Amino acid sequence: MPKDLAANPILSRWVTVHPDGGVDVRVGKVELGQGILTALAQIAADELGVELERVRMRPANTASGPDEGLTSGSMSIMHSGGAVRVACAQVRARFTAEAARRWDVGAARVTVRRGLLECGERVTSYGALAGAVDLDVPADPLAPFTHGGKAVAVGTSAPRLDLPDKIAGRPRFIHDLRLPGQWFGRVVRPPSPGAALRHVDEGRLAGMDVLLVRDGSFVGVTGADEAEVSRAAEVLRAAASWDEHDTLPDEDGLRDFLRSGPHETLPVLTPPLDGSGPDGSEAPDGSEVPAGGAARPVARGLRASYGRPFLAHASMAPSCGVARWNDDGTLSVWSHSQGINGLRNAIGLALGLDADRIEVEHAEGAGCYGHNAADDAAFDAVLLARAVPGRPVHVQWSRRDELAWSPFGSAMSVEVAAEVSESGAVLTWDYDVWSQGHTSRPGFAGVPGLLAAGHLERPWPQPPAVDPPPAAGSGTVRNAVPIYDFPRRRVTGHRLLRAPLRSSALRALGAFMNVFAIESFMDELALSAGADPLEYRLAHLGDARGRRVLTAAADASGWGAPMPEGSGRGIGFARYKDKGAYCAVVAEVEAEQEIRVPRLTIAVDVGLVVNPDGVRNQIEGGATQAASWTLKERVRFDRRRVTSDDWESYPILRFSETPEISVILVEAPGLPSVGAGEAAQGPTAAAIANALAAALDIRLRDLPLTPDSIIATINATP
Amino acid sequence: MTRAFELTVNGEPVRVEADPDATLLHVLRNVLDLKGTRFGCGLGLCGACFVRMDGNVVPSCDVPMWSAAGRTVVTVEGLSAGGGLHRVQRALLDEQAAQCGFCISGIIMSAATLLDADPAPGERAVIEALDRNLCRCGVQRRVVRAIVNAGAAEETP
Repeated sequence: MPKDLAANPILSRWVTVHPDGGVDVRVGKVELGQGILTALAQIAADELGVELERVRMRPANTASGPDEGLTSGSMSIMHSGGAVRVACAQVRARFTAEAARRWDVGAARVTVRRGLLECGERVTSYGALAGAVDLDVPADPLAPFTHGGKAVAVGTSAPRLDLPDKIAGRPRFIHDLRLPGQWFGRVVRPPSPGAALRHVDEGRLAGMDVLLVRDGSFVGVTGADEAEVSRAAEVLRAAASWDEHDTLPDEDGLRDFLRSGPHETLPVLTPPLDGSGPDGSEAPDGSEVPAGGAARPVARGLRASYGRPFLAHASMAPSCGVARWNDDGTLSVWSHSQGINGLRNAIGLALGLDADRIEVEHAEGAGCYGHNAADDAAFDAVLLARAVPGRPVHVQWSRRDELAWSPFGSAMSVEVAAEVSESGAVLTWDYDVWSQGHTSRPGFAGVPGLLAAGHLERPWPQPPAVDPPPAAGSGTVRNAVPIYDFPRRRVTGHRLLRAPLRSSALRALGAFMNVFAIESFMDELALSAGADPLEYRLAHLGDARGRRVLTAAADASGWGAPMPEGSGRGIGFARYKDKGAYCAVVAEVEAEQEIRVPRLTIAVDVGLVVNPDGVRNQIEGGATQAASWTLKERVRFDRRRVTSDDWESYPILRFSETPEISVILVEAPGLPSVGAGEAAQGPTAAAIANALAAALDIRLRDLPLTPDSIIATINATP
Repeated sequence: MTRAFELTVNGEPVRVEADPDATLLHVLRNVLDLKGTRFGCGLGLCGACFVRMDGNVVPSCDVPMWSAAGRTVVTVEGLSAGGGLHRVQRALLDEQAAQCGFCISGIIMSAATLLDADPAPGERAVIEALDRNLCRCGVQRRVVRAIVNAGAAEETP
């Protein structure tokens, strides 16, 4: 039985059939703009044997729906899809059994199609049987896995269920939520990460129709009118004085900062000490030594170091949360969190409240690319609402706080060295990666992990971010193991045990940097061997699906055809998390005054495709965002404050800078579906860097790739 | 201190009580209950709150009510007479040109205003018209394709 169903076995948690034939499906995964609820509805429709239009996906809720943990890591289609498939197949079997009982026929003679159950001339429907079939029963682990019928909705590009509202401009986002008696709230955050509130000149709020809420260094206002509350927050900002300290690293010395320690060492691949044998026993892909590989003598070695800065989520909407303390002592929360159950538990922990007394319902926010400030905003609402029991309080962050106080994706540094044979074949691979941790989600390391919890009069500690365990895909060392068949590899991660800038999960976590570094270095090795970068990769790659994807991207991109002066083509490739989607990207770069990426050609293999256009949209979006990270983005700070706090100081890719993208879906219908949301991140960065090297014969190893860094690299070359 | 302001919103004359410094965006969302216009940055830099005012696309987060008085404002809800969808919206749906959809209202306002001036714009004109709109999910190319299609559909009825 799929693990999410085993953990939530009661079928009525997942499915409710109404007398009108409509079907409510509840999942623990949430819509983040990625279209997951549409894909899961397609699976549900097919397994139930109803039209897609009859399926209504309900918002995830801690009280009424299944707990499926986080919506992250490109795992939803695999985990929730598997659970929905089996749960719906079992619901269908129970309805079939009821129809068969009524007609006194064998269940195998009952067919289900378009919401109707039929046996010869006899016809009934889901709606007609709804009252007679009990779904308050656990899923049967021995029941058939799936009805095995022909896919109707699965495999089609069903339009997204949520887009009609969003494109018509109807209220749909948590920002639009208005509950009876609702007030608004704003928090005035400290000016810098190490700051403590010294004094508030409360008199300056006199005459304003708001309530001041203060608890230690947490300070905010709440009131009935949003405009008044916003104005009061600005007055409060000016009325607050803070003790500040220099706590941040040198933004131009991140490599030294990351490598200076103390660290937790994360050994990923450790070859035997005697230097004789391969490390194949520990390679997750089970690769073996190429014939004669170990025997070839080392001809030369290459070494390089790569880096990336801190990156911001930079969602289009500021984070938002709503909370209400109810008269019976319970707490209701609305949040665009990726993990409503984790948020519930963290709020309970922070306030010493039994989690059973807290209900969190998901409400859609803007695009979410990891652990952003959604949970923090929800907790802000909880703290402000505590001052006005019975009243919902709706808290919206400012753009400035969204860019400066959401957790960041950590800066990272990589050192990689290889020894190659006379022909250029890799004989040894030696890889180190340094980073702050990649998760500080609610509940991590035994603390609430909610921003304001660290600012209270009795503050919770704010330990440095940790890394997800290997079973959840790791963090710093995600995708640190190259997919290629190298005879001898050593891969070690180093998680920094300090986090002066709060870091957490950002789309692909460490995989973005590791793939950028590995695939850049593969290019450097290819060029030093005088080999074509595509051929060089294929010569080291036994994995058949990987070879197919690489070749598909190259073929579609016109790989090998000549490019004009100042232009170049580059390739990047990875299998996300070593077991997810395969993705190869070919980038074209024009480097003149600016660095432009006119075109990306991408091939992807996600196993069985549930919604082809959904996969394309995720790959296009991921690649566009990765191009933005690669070309433009860098969190800026001085030794005290984060200074990149608007769209001018933290620019992202604009329409005029966005590459044209073509996506080739390399079909693998017999294989399990895996997620697409993060597969393109690393390969895109590497492809762009490699294309830039092809265009200018200059290798940039630190992101972002900017005209300034080209000039600096030229000046630094003797 | 609030004051009464009169303006035209989506073809209807409206009279609202508001602080003169309150933004047009606040009044649209909280007083007139038109939530299709979104708050993205409050600094006029992202385009999520774009509306049409006297024919020009402006960030409504950056328009104080004292300067909106007497103006004619069109929001995403009022683009199409009769409450149907504007052809830009239909084209966006056809292309599934959105992910989270938070930026899309502002994009629709920029695109619809472009089509008023240039009924069948080419790709370059569309990109230029949308360059003040930010999108973080990465649907830019789909949006451009949709808007070009919306124009082409008008040309060949």
